[in-house]
Parts: sequence; structure tokens; C-alpha cells
Amino acid sequence: MSDGFSENNSKGVNRRAVLAGGTALTASLFMPKNLRAQDFATADINTTGLAVTDDTVTIGILHSVTGTMAISETGSVQAEKLAISQINEQGGILGRKIEYIQEDGASDWPTFAEKARKLLVNDKVASVMGCWTSASRKAVLPVFEQHNGFLYYPTFYEGLEQSPNVIYTGQEATQQIIAGLDWVNQTKGAKSFYLLGSDYIWPRTSNKIARKHIENFMEGCEVVGEEYYPLGHTQFNSVINKIRLRKPDVIYAIVVGGSNVAFYKQLKAAGIDPTEEGPIVLTISVTEDEIRGIGGENIEGAYACMKYFQSLENENNIAFVKAFKEMWGEDIVIGDVTQAAYLGPWLWKAAVEKAGSFDVDKVREASPGIELTTAPEGYVKIHENHHLWSKTRVGRAQADGQYEVVFETAELVEPDPFPEGYQ
Amino acid sequence: MQSSAFMTRKELIGFLILAALIFIVFPVALDNFRLNLFGKYLTYAFVAVGLALCWGAGGILSLGQGVFFGLGGYCMAMFLKLEASTPENTAIQSTPGIPDFMDWNQLKELPWWWEPFYSLPIALAAVVAVPVIFAFIIGVAMFTRRVGGVYFAIITQAFAAIMTILIIGQQGYTGGVNGITDLRTLMGWDIRTDEAKTILYFVNGALLFVVLLVAQYVRKSKLGRLLIAMRDQEDRVRFSGYNVANFKIFIFCLGAAFAGIGGAMFTLQVGFMSPTLVGIVPSIEMVIFCAVGGRLSILGAVYGALLVNWAKTSLSESFPELWLLGLGALFIAVVMFFPNGLAGVWSEKIEPRLLALFNQKKPSRPTPDGAPAE
Amino acid sequence: MFADYSMSELGAIFAMQGFAGLILFSVFVLMALGLAIIFGQMGVINMAHGEFMILGAYVTYLTSNLFADHLPFLFGTYFFVAMIFAFLISGALGLLVEWSLIRHLYKRPLDTLLATWGLSLILQQTYRSIFGAREVGVSIPDWMMGSLPLTDLIEVPINGIFVMVLAVSISLAVYVMMFRSRWGKQVRAINQNRVMAGAVGINTEWTDRLTFGIGCGVAGVAGSAFTMIGSTGPTAGQLYIVDTFLVVVFGGAGSLLGTIASAFSISQAQSIMEFFLSGSMAKVLTLLVVVGILMIRPQGLFSLKLRK
Repeated sequence: MSDGFSENNSKGVNRRAVLAGGTALTASLFMPKNLRAQDFATADINTTGLAVTDDTVTIGILHSVTGTMAISETGSVQAEKLAISQINEQGGILGRKIEYIQEDGASDWPTFAEKARKLLVNDKVASVMGCWTSASRKAVLPVFEQHNGFLYYPTFYEGLEQSPNVIYTGQEATQQIIAGLDWVNQTKGAKSFYLLGSDYIWPRTSNKIARKHIENFMEGCEVVGEEYYPLGHTQFNSVINKIRLRKPDVIYAIVVGGSNVAFYKQLKAAGIDPTEEGPIVLTISVTEDEIRGIGGENIEGAYACMKYFQSLENENNIAFVKAFKEMWGEDIVIGDVTQAAYLGPWLWKAAVEKAGSFDVDKVREASPGIELTTAPEGYVKIHENHHLWSKTRVGRAQADGQYEVVFETAELVEPDPFPEGYQ
Repeated sequence: MQSSAFMTRKELIGFLILAALIFIVFPVALDNFRLNLFGKYLTYAFVAVGLALCWGAGGILSLGQGVFFGLGGYCMAMFLKLEASTPENTAIQSTPGIPDFMDWNQLKELPWWWEPFYSLPIALAAVVAVPVIFAFIIGVAMFTRRVGGVYFAIITQAFAAIMTILIIGQQGYTGGVNGITDLRTLMGWDIRTDEAKTILYFVNGALLFVVLLVAQYVRKSKLGRLLIAMRDQEDRVRFSGYNVANFKIFIFCLGAAFAGIGGAMFTLQVGFMSPTLVGIVPSIEMVIFCAVGGRLSILGAVYGALLVNWAKTSLSESFPELWLLGLGALFIAVVMFFPNGLAGVWSEKIEPRLLALFNQKKPSRPTPDGAPAE
Repeated sequence: MFADYSMSELGAIFAMQGFAGLILFSVFVLMALGLAIIFGQMGVINMAHGEFMILGAYVTYLTSNLFADHLPFLFGTYFFVAMIFAFLISGALGLLVEWSLIRHLYKRPLDTLLATWGLSLILQQTYRSIFGAREVGVSIPDWMMGSLPLTDLIEVPINGIFVMVLAVSISLAVYVMMFRSRWGKQVRAINQNRVMAGAVGINTEWTDRLTFGIGCGVAGVAGSAFTMIGSTGPTAGQLYIVDTFLVVVFGGAGSLLGTIASAFSISQAQSIMEFFLSGSMAKVLTLLVVVGILMIRPQGLFSLKLRK
């Protein structure tokens, strides 16, 4: 796997160094730019006292290993560790091996803030891969801004944020929603939508954007219901009856966590089977990871709108899935967020090499415009607003727990965390 | 050994040792980051001291102290959030000047009950008053009907659950699951800097001592002794002509006030408040702080809060998987083998030996304030 | 909101909504019954109740794998076997816990609360170590998923009917055990006067242990049944704990009948409000009403002997 970032903006000195490194090793195809540590004096590439030595650089991994969020965050941790080990196999970053300090956020937001402070203040990590829920990101954000840390955040989320200290490797809401709604309208002729979600900021914001799009930009389409259930809710028979009453073309579901499992099982038991005639089920909250808990047979036929599916058939992804399974076991599945988490270390590597420095300010400056041609999802690029350009894809769930990709946008979708006309 | 003096010599020494630890040893020995962590732990000590009074002395086990901690913390956070949400800072919003989460939830103006929190004095008063009023309502409803024991415990727990669901569900008004975040300044003073955090640590320590002295006073007063009498023989106290319910309500409200102050200090030192500090899990963890320290001892409660949290931080740094097992085992061990916690171990095992060592004379048999509460 | 619909359609929807309420009622009864038995008869609050339920769910998961691998032709019936296993294994763990933990703490009921909370943390971490942090997917026999058309318009989910039948049978079984069996008589005798019960030759220790075991076993069966409608993960037990406690508290913790009455009133209130309001609003309103009533009547709907 090549690390494939374009370095057209490299500063002269670093470019020379890069070339020197490249020629020194007569370039196996897979390691085109293996940089040697001695080409970069530690004092030059680390002027702010980060944890960089002559042959290592330390970063942080900050996810929940315990508590209710451990279910979701485990995949991200695995993906980040895989990326780190692959980068190290290729010789590391600026000739330095990546070491990581892993901290447990324990699904508890104050703990996230505490651990973020520890990583930045005590351990002086050069960057942090971490967080999953919006709440944990909101909790650590002031810490990162105060101590000038750099966070790679993997989850698709509600947007409405753009921090100089965060790179958002997941999609913000419009990237995930709009193309999917247009698709279901154009190819399935869907006109009426029932919006449903767990009751917190992400589903509410996402449904707000969906509603605006349906009402203002999709001709002849309407929202026939919108409602929210508390996190952890496990009884959905009432809402299923309401859906029956309103007869929407599309059930647009953003249910999360344990509720997810309950919702799809009860939907199927109530006779709303997405494989048959009847309402289309479209979700933006069920990745392959979640299907494991739901059971493929219970969600078969539903559509999900993501940027990545494990079943994508491109070379990058095939290699990624293979490597992932070699490291973490054959029966593991990889969801959208896991892939986004995998991008974190690679994007950071690319930015550091472009900047020729580990300094956070320089990495931040170098980040916009970084491209990754080796991303399992295909090709991504960092936007000025610290989010990624990426494609939107629609997959149809199958009984074996995988998605069959039925649609992808032709172009990369521009990230727009503060969408005009959708507020 | 109920001495009528405010403090026996032994207790005075205990207070002085703790003061030395908090004001001298920790600030000298710990770096800024660790000191701030200890400051955070000490905010839990407020709750634990309140619990030592309610539970240890009064026999009232509340599994809903997180509610009071959270109410105090939210009152503080509301003030700080309003200060942070100046029209300039929030210019990007569709309605500038209101907290960001309200804007995300399509609120166009500040709800009326947020308005008072523009004023610091009102916010500070609310930090104590709101938890107390809440505790008073619960206390009147429960204690005048003589609901107590386990039943009281699970009702308070249900309150903790309900409060969390309410806060999460009403996110336009409360910040929802994210909580109230990104708090910056207190009357223009940046609370995020290292110096501010150090100062807040000392303010926190000083407040804790005020609370400890109040608790000590209550314990030594007639009220304190009545509480213990009530815990052990409620009916006898009642037949002696005392209104048992009133004493219970008072002590419960006092515990709530302590918790509210702790919550406010938490918000100031950590920089945000969230529903994860209100629910069932934190509430019951606060009880374990008190139990580990020794449910009868107010000083023990402080040590309990420090020790358990410190163990949590260091264990979860090195063995995240083991932490839950350790915490679970701690709950069981304390209940099964050390019902009087650290304070019990100290006064039953260590202290007599120390005394024997130094004085070479037989120490008087230590008598803790009584058997563990039911 | 109903103007556009024909009477028969509306009738069908309301009938189905009635079923939804009954299913919710059954779910609440199943959740709360085990807890109510233990609390009502022994005065012990088992905070690890949710974890005992999840144990039942994991047993179901293991049984389904066992049948899928070794007895595929019997897969359609594995669920009944799984429920029996769930009862036995959760019950056995309950006996063990009573023997090692609870019996030492009968004089300190508040301490049992803390000890069982510690137990719940240990169980959660144990599940996570054994089964992984992720939820496991329990495959349900095909005949149990899907719906049963009663008329052209009315469809009732089969798993809902299954849960209803199960709730009724378990309630009946508990009733029979409690009021018609020798054990039940002993339990009630101990509940009324422990010392006298011991004096007339009742083995109070063993009866306590069995009561605790049966309560945990019932929780296990409930957990097993919930694999049809909910998720199975290390922390899924916590999803149920709030509702469970509310039902028991509202019912007036002492009485089984109170538990059932409370499950009925909360489930009906919630299901009716869910239909006319948004789900989250319905939950909040239900909770507020429950709290309001608890303020006026803290001893719950049916109270036996809360005055000390």
C-alpha cells in the first residue's frame, strides 16, 4: 500500500529532504517515500516540545473501551491501530515510528476531557485519534483548543462545528443525507417521508436538514411525520402503528444504539418487511457493525446512506479489509466509522510530511488540500473547513449482514458544516 | 464518647492533617494537571460529606445525590454559558446571543427561566437554593409519610433516572446529551488557564473546609445526636416528642446543598456540565466514595472520594478492562468486610497500635459513633 | 388527523394500538416480576437485575448457536429449550449469589443494594470479556418473526403475542407457587415473622435462597424473551433498569399485584400518549405523572407494610 499523498505544496527544504529520502532507498513500489529520521533533526521538526524523539513520535488514542459506547468505539480503536502499524511497517513518519498511548474515555464525557488533558499536557502527544459521540467531542474540544492539540474525529455527525484543532474524517450531516434523499426520490419515486430518530442532537439536526431538503428542494414531496424516542428506548410498536396510519413511502430512521436492534426487530415482526412491497426503509445510522446486533435477517432490504461499505470493490478496500481481518480476526465486520477512523493516522502522516514538521500549527496549515488516494472508500481530500470531500453511497442490507452498494454519487460531495438554507 | 466540645483534640488533629494535605502537600507534590484532577475529585467529596451525614448519621440512603450535584452544576453552567454566548462569540448562529445548543434546536429567544442566570449573585444563590428546594419537596413528600430505608433509596434512584431523561429530552433548553459545554470565563476571568485552575483548586479546598466544619457542627449539635438516635431507634425518638420527619428533611436538604456546591465547583474546574453526572451510575458511585471512606466519618468521606477517584484514574490509565471489575469488587468488599470503611480500619486497627507505640499505655477502646446504618 | 381515514381503517389502527399497549404491559410485567418477587418477599433490592436478564439473553444466544450447529432440524423449537436453560442458569447464579453475598447482609438491606450494584459491574465486565463489547445477534426461528393477520387490516406481531402469553403464564406460575405451594406458604410465613417461621421448623435460609434464585431465574427468562424484541450486549441490562424500577416503585414495592397494576397503568398511559404525541414527549409525560403520583403517594399504588 502506498501512502500516496500529493505533495505539490511542499516547502522547498522539505521537498529536498523528501527526495533525498526517496532516492536513498531504491524505492520498492510500496514504499515510495520512505523518509529517514536522520534527514530531519528533531529540534527542527518539533519546536513546541511534543513527544517526538529521534526515532519515535507518540500519539494518543482516546476512545471508550468500557461503558455503553464501547460497542461502537471498538472498531475505531482497531482501525487506528491497524493504520499505525501499517505506517510503521512503511518506515513511520519522517523516519519516526509511531507509538501510541491509549486512554479509555469510559463512555463518560468528563473522563474524556480528563484524558484529553492528560494526553496533551502530560504525554505531549503530537496528535490524537479519538472520540465517537458528539458529546465526547464537545467535552474535549475546549481542551484541544486551549492546549493546541490536534484531533482526528471519525464519526459522521451533525455538523455545526468547525474547529481549527479538529479534522473531521467522517461526514457532516448534509454529505450523508441529501444525495440519499434525492436518490430515493428519483429512482424509487418516493414522495412522502416519515422521519424518526433517537432523541439527541445528531438525529434532530439530521432530520431538520432532511425536512428542509424534502420540503424546499424536492418537488411534490412531503414529510408526513417526525418524532423522537429517548435513547435506549426499546418499544416501538406505537410508532409502527402510526407509520401504518400515515402510509409513508419512506421510513427515514436515525435510531441508534440498543434502540436500533429493538426497532428493526419490531418493524419486521409487525409485518413491515423491507424486502417486500411497502415502505422503503432508509437509514443513516446503521453500519455493518450495528447489523451484527440487529441480525441481518431482520434488516434485510433496508437502505443505508453512508460513504463507505465493507463490500466496496476497489483495490484499496480489498487490501484494507484483508489487512483488517488478518489483524483482528476473520469474522470481524467494518463499518463506515471504522473506515473513517482508519483514515485519521494516514491523513495526519500526509499532513506532517507535507509540513515537514510535527508542530501542530504547521500540520494544521498543511492539512487543507491533503489528498489520500489510498483510502478504502476511494479518494478523499481535506477541505478548507477541516472536513473531508467524499462520496455518498447507498447500500442495501443483505441477510449476511453486508450491504450491496446500489448507488454512489458521481462526484465527491463538498462538506458544508453550516449549510445555508438548511438552518 | 459524645463530647460536647465542638471538636476533640483527636478530631482537630484529623482536620489539620487533611488541611495540610489539601493546601500544602498536593499543591507542592502534584503538577498542574494532577492538581486539577484532585480538584475534580474534591468536588465529589462535597457529596460524600453530605452522604456521611444523611446516610451514616441519619440512616437515609439517597441514591439520587447526582441530581443535586447536577442541579448545582447546571446552575453554575447556565451562568457561564450565558457569559460565553455574547453576540460577538455567537455571530455565526441564526440567532446570535443565545447559547449555541438553543440555536441548533431552533429556539429564537432565551427561555424566561434562563434570564435570571445573567446575574452572578442569583446564579450562586441558585447553586444552593435549587437543590435544596428540590430536596425539600422530596423530603416532605417522603419523610412525613414515613417512607424510608430501601424504598426511599430506590425512589431517589428513580428521580436520578427521570432527571437524566428530562435533561436529555429537553435539549433545546438544557443542552441535551452533550450537556452545557465550552464554558470560558467567570466575570471576564478566563477559567481555562492553569493559574485559574490552581486558584479554583484552593477556592474549592476552602469551601470544602467550610462544609466540613458545618458538618462537624451539625454532628456535635443536639440535632446530630438525635439523628443517630433516630437511625437506631426511630420510634423512641418519635415517642419522646420529637418530629422525626423535620430532622430528616433538614439533614437531607443540607446534604443536597453540599452536593450543589460540589457540582458548581465541578463545572468551574472541568469546564462543562453534562447529564452523565446526574444519572443512576454517578449517583451510586458517590455513595461508594462515602462507603469507602467510612460512612460515619466526614473526614473519611473526603479520603474515600480522593482514593476511589484516584484509583479510577490510574487503573483506567493502565488497565481499562480491569477497572470495572475492581470497582465492582470494591463495592462488595467494602460492604462485606469493611462496613466502616477506611475510617473504621483506622480507628479499629491502626490507631490503637499507633497509640500503644507512642504512649506505651493502654489506649481507651475506640468507639465509633455506632454500628453501621441499615 | 383522522379525517382522511375510513372507519374500518381507524378501527384497525386502534385495535393494533391496543395490542401494542398490551405488549408493552407484558414486557413491563416480565421485567419487573423477578425484581418484585425478591423485593416483596425478602426486602432486598437486586441492582444486578438487568444483568441477570442479559445472562438469560446470552444463554439464549449460546443455545441458538448450539442448535444451529448440531441440531439444525430442531432450530424452530430451540427457543423453548433456551428459556428453560436461561431460567436454570440465571437461577443457579442467583443461588450462588445469595449464598456467597446476600445472606450475610439480610440485616443491612441498604448494603445489599451496594453489593448487588458491585455485582452488576462485575457481571458487565465479565460479559464483555467473554462475548466482546459488541452486541451479539441472536437468530430467532422464522415462525416467531413476522405478523399474524387477524382480519384484512389488523396484523399482530407474533413475538408480541409470544411475550404476552409468556407474561401471563409466568405470572400464573408465580401466583400458584406463591399461594398454592408449600414453598409459597413458607415464604409468606417468613415474610410475616421470620423468627416464628424458623421456630416452627421452616428452613428459612433455604427458603430465602430459593426465593432469590427463582427471582433471578424469572429475570433470566425475561431476558431470553427480550432477545426477540431488543438487543443483547454487555450493557443492555441498563436499558431496562429504569423502567423496571419505576414499575416496582410505582406498584408499591411490597406487592406482586401492585406490580402488575402498575405495569398496566404505566404501559397504557405510555402507549396511548405515544400514539398521540411524539415518543420522547410521551416518555417524559409518563415519567412526570409517575413522579407526581409518587410525591402524593410515595408508598406506591399498593402498599403492604411500609410503616416501620
